[in-house]
Formats: sequence, C-alpha cells, structure tokens
Amino acid sequence: MTAPRELTCRELVELVTDYLEERMAPAERARFEEHLAACPGCQAYLEQLRVTVAALGRLPPERLTETVREDVLAAFRDWHAGR
Amino acid sequence: MRGGDETAFAELVDRWGPSLLRLARAYVPSRAVAEEVVQDTWVAVLRGIDGFEGRSSLRAWVFGILVNQARSQGRRERRSLPFAALLRRGGEGDEPAVSPDRFQGRRGERPGWWASPPRRWEDPESHVEAAETRAALEGAIAALPRRQREALLLRDVLGVPSGEACTVLGLSEGNQRVLLHRARAKVRAALEAQAEAGMIR
Repeated sequence: MTAPRELTCRELVELVTDYLEERMAPAERARFEEHLAACPGCQAYLEQLRVTVAALGRLPPERLTETVREDVLAAFRDWHAGR
Repeated sequence: MRGGDETAFAELVDRWGPSLLRLARAYVPSRAVAEEVVQDTWVAVLRGIDGFEGRSSLRAWVFGILVNQARSQGRRERRSLPFAALLRRGGEGDEPAVSPDRFQGRRGERPGWWASPPRRWEDPESHVEAAETRAALEGAIAALPRRQREALLLRDVLGVPSGEACTVLGLSEGNQRVLLHRARAKVRAALEAQAEAGMIR
C-alpha cells in the first residue's frame, strides 16, 4: 500500500468542520494535522473559524417584550383553568 | 408544567424565550412578527403537552414546534415580499468553503495550496465582542440560505448540541454538518472581509 497523497489547502478547508466536530477517522485526522503543522495559511484559517464560532456564541440575547410574556402566561392560566 | 405550576412554566418561558426569539427571526424579518411566532409556539406547546412522550428532550420538542410555526409563518410572509427574499433561498447546491481563486491553479508551484492565504487576526479575543463584529455577524447570518441559517443558529449561536439540533430540524447528522460547514465558511469570509477593510485590528 502506498502512503496517501498529502492534502492540499483547498482540500483541507473542506474538512475543517469534520475536524472541529471530531468526525474524522484517525488516519484522516493524522493527515489533516500533518498538513496543518506545515502550513501557516491553514493554521490562520482554522483559527479564524474558531474565532468566528466563538463570536457567534456571544451574540447578545434578546428578551421577549413584557406584554407578549404576559400574554403567554395568561394563555397558561386559561389552559390550566380549562382542564 | 402539566400540573399547572405557573412558576415552572414562567421559568421555561424566560429561559428559552431569547433562543426562541432568535430562531424565529431566522424566518420572519420583523421583530413583532417573530414575537407572535414565539407566542403561538407556547400556545401550541400547551395544546400538545399531553401528547409529548419524552422521546426527545422537552427543549428539542419545543424548539421543533417553533421551527414548524416559523417556517409556515415565513412562507406566508414571503408571498407578500418582493423577490430579493426569494433569491436568498438559492445557493444551497455544491459550494466551496473558500473561493477557488484563493488557491494556486494547476500550473502553480504547489497546486491547491494557498495563493492568497488568510492572515492571522491580531488579538482575536478583543474583536469577538466588538460592535462592528456583531453587526458583520448579523449581516452574514441574514444573508445565509434558510437551511444553513437554521443549522448555524442552533449550533453556534444558541449552543444546542448536534444531536438535539438534528431532532429540531429533522436532519441527519451528516446533512447538518454540511449545512453548518457552509454557513460557518460564509460567516468567516464576512469577518475576513471586514478585517481586510480595516474594521478589525
């Protein structure tokens, strides 16, 4: 069996989600990490993606307006009373 | 909740309200209509609670109801919208994570390797919470095709685990990962464009 051909950057960027989601077979993961170790461009790409995901997770929440919240709770009371 | 404990119900409304609202806004542009969708969702939850069998988590079930409500509300709204909104639904075919012209061609020194590699962002932590970053993120999310937007919102914005997100959206793990992959790639590209424009330092 011949050694698998090394990954190109163009291939690697399509595998980052599998990598981050830990959905890679060990051999594929090794190939991915081998490329990464030798490629500053792909390191920067992966880091940008991680920053992007972190930033998405920190978007501020929005709250329901109080009147809508009150309507929902009133619906709950009606529902309970009707049981 | 089935027993009529209003405090417990109010706690759920408060805990999941912001996430439901965020998710509803993926389908309907106006905040007021999104709030109506959240309200309708809770009413539908009350109507259906006796039939909830606990095969999924309560959260996955409630979020799933919202997605159904919001999808049909979104369809009603789209009928009255011009076609910019319709165009947005396109682009769900095969699409590369990074534009092919960023890579070297067949005659390059190393075909398939970066021709114009991404640059490291200096001090990424500092801009994660910057107002400009938030605005860019919101814009990029709004521009995503619907299915990609759903996956990204649930997983990355709301932090719902993969299995639960699949239940809510009725997707296989593999399909969810493809949608998430494309969505993240586009949002990253939007932040990169902003960084290159000098908005992020």
